[in-house]
Amino acid sequence: MKDNIKFVQGNEACVEGALYAGLDFFAGYPITPSTEIAEHLSYRLPQSGGKFIQMEDEIASMCAIIGASLTGHKVMTATSGPGFSLMQEALGYAIMTEIPCVIVDVQRGGPSTGLPTSVSQGDVNQARWGAHGDHAVIALTASNHQDIFAITVEAFNLAETYRTPVILLFDEVTGHMRERLVVPEEGEIPLVGRLRTSVPEGVDYHPYLPREDGRLPMSDFGGVHRYNVTGLFHDMWGFPSNNPGVVQGLLRHLMDKINNNAHQIARYNEYFVEDAQVLLISYGSAARSALHVVQNRRPRGERVGLLELQTLWPFPVDLVRERCRAPEIVMVVEMNMGQVLQAVKLGVDDPEKVFLANRIDGSLITPTDIRNILRVIQGKGV
Amino acid sequence: MPVKDYIRERFFPHLWCPGCGHGIVMNALIRAIEALGLSKNEIVMVSGIGCSSRISGYLDFHTLHTIHGRALAFATGVKMGLPELNIIVPMGDGDALAIGGNHFIHAARRNIEMTAIIMNNRIYGMTGGQYSPLSGYGTLATTAPYMNIDHAFDVVQLSIAAGATFVARTTTYHVQQMTDCFKKAILHEGFSVVEVLSQCPTYFGRKNKMGSAADMMAFYRDHTTPIGSKKKKENPDLIERGIFVQKDLPEYCRAYDTVIERAKGKGQKG
Repeated sequence: MKDNIKFVQGNEACVEGALYAGLDFFAGYPITPSTEIAEHLSYRLPQSGGKFIQMEDEIASMCAIIGASLTGHKVMTATSGPGFSLMQEALGYAIMTEIPCVIVDVQRGGPSTGLPTSVSQGDVNQARWGAHGDHAVIALTASNHQDIFAITVEAFNLAETYRTPVILLFDEVTGHMRERLVVPEEGEIPLVGRLRTSVPEGVDYHPYLPREDGRLPMSDFGGVHRYNVTGLFHDMWGFPSNNPGVVQGLLRHLMDKINNNAHQIARYNEYFVEDAQVLLISYGSAARSALHVVQNRRPRGERVGLLELQTLWPFPVDLVRERCRAPEIVMVVEMNMGQVLQAVKLGVDDPEKVFLANRIDGSLITPTDIRNILRVIQGKGV
Repeated sequence: MPVKDYIRERFFPHLWCPGCGHGIVMNALIRAIEALGLSKNEIVMVSGIGCSSRISGYLDFHTLHTIHGRALAFATGVKMGLPELNIIVPMGDGDALAIGGNHFIHAARRNIEMTAIIMNNRIYGMTGGQYSPLSGYGTLATTAPYMNIDHAFDVVQLSIAAGATFVARTTTYHVQQMTDCFKKAILHEGFSVVEVLSQCPTYFGRKNKMGSAADMMAFYRDHTTPIGSKKKKENPDLIERGIFVQKDLPEYCRAYDTVIERAKGKGQKG
């Protein structure tokens, strides 16, 4: 067996992807079902000179990765629902100060302590709106280990490209399930490095002045450019400002840099979508069951297709609207009370044909569940 | 280098009230850094939220003005990310020991090299005079209109118990001692804490009838004493000033280098 073929948990696939992307600083706090990410990184990071620290809580973990990112490192933390709740204020700070970082939320049942060892996809809207104030975020997910690896690399690339936190919304099933992972060769997936300023010492560097392409070159702490970073509204020097023009300009910039690039950030897989009469829209571990339904029904002549979303935020609304036009029935398959369903209904031309197939009891939604709900919608009975 | 060369004039005028002790702390800090001959590029100042935390913006270092109570957690990431940097963390008493209390004891326990300056004015100034964990039993505040029944922390005892390897206390009246404490704290290889009693005439002083800023500084002169002095034996109520702890224990980032060495050895074996 070649060295690069592994039989691992999804959490390990995430670790492998992060290391491939150049992760060299991780701060975290133990929580089920994400703990394996911290455990593996505590072992792997120092082997290549990287650093791992177990902080006193998730708030501190989120803060520590922001600090380390400012010294030029590629950084990540990992948690689950309760910890993700604690991280929200610092996550908002990273959005406001435009610090590249990656946050993994391996979702479990909530609210509160909920179901620590069971699957859920209940944090989709928390990823979108957990931090206070208007803001835009990038949140990605995946349904199998090969994709978890690739989307983790993608998360680091997008964090650097847009100078923003990127959230990886995995779940307990993909996190703990074991399957094959082929680690790509070096260079197989392109990596985006830190964009650093070319402004020389002694010349005024503006940390918050976007270039023409919208990107903001950074300067590492400890370097020749000294500047201020603050969670207050700030001008192009990073100095606090309550000037209405500065405030409005910064807020628009933070929203636009992500929302205006939604089509470029959209990642998805499609299965038999072209002629589908019934379109399933799903993501994460639920998409595995949805794919099973498609693969099972197609040989029987049923025109069922699957649009598997990997980018949840910014919601790929143009893509979803276009793919939902022809099918007679659109069914969102997810393990919550309809969090992506809401976004789909808002986006499509005729929301009355959009239905929800869900499970919220801590069990993985099965192909039979999906098939039965579809039969009820079609008036065929179970 | 003149003091003004450490200041970002763009930021001024500062937001501190007339008579506030925090400007004295900033002055003493600049003089300490100047005396040590540190380059501005090798200093990172990390602060949280509150009157005291605004120091970071006023000074021409790499400055990180963060969220309430979490400055030490951010600073831990900066320090581990680039251990050769000097990290200074100015905090207020509420910032450091109420909302930030957990981060404070854990940073002390790790003995990660950075200097925590706790500017203790016994009140939340920026929000208008609410009681803090340092206000003390019997004081008055806007949220303790009858009387505060919360007991205060002893910052020095708390720091020692949490494992800080350098612990000092001084006041805005004793500026020479303050500068000296800062110098030693910054040079210390480990987690250093300097508590500075700093007057808030606007809120704590007014609520508790402490008089003017000058009266409050005179209070520091009359109610503090060097550690172990004869006066302290005669009057146990006096607050001791000076360096309480200065000891060598493995510093966190240097200890992590050992972890890396071990991991690399293991990695090579396969």
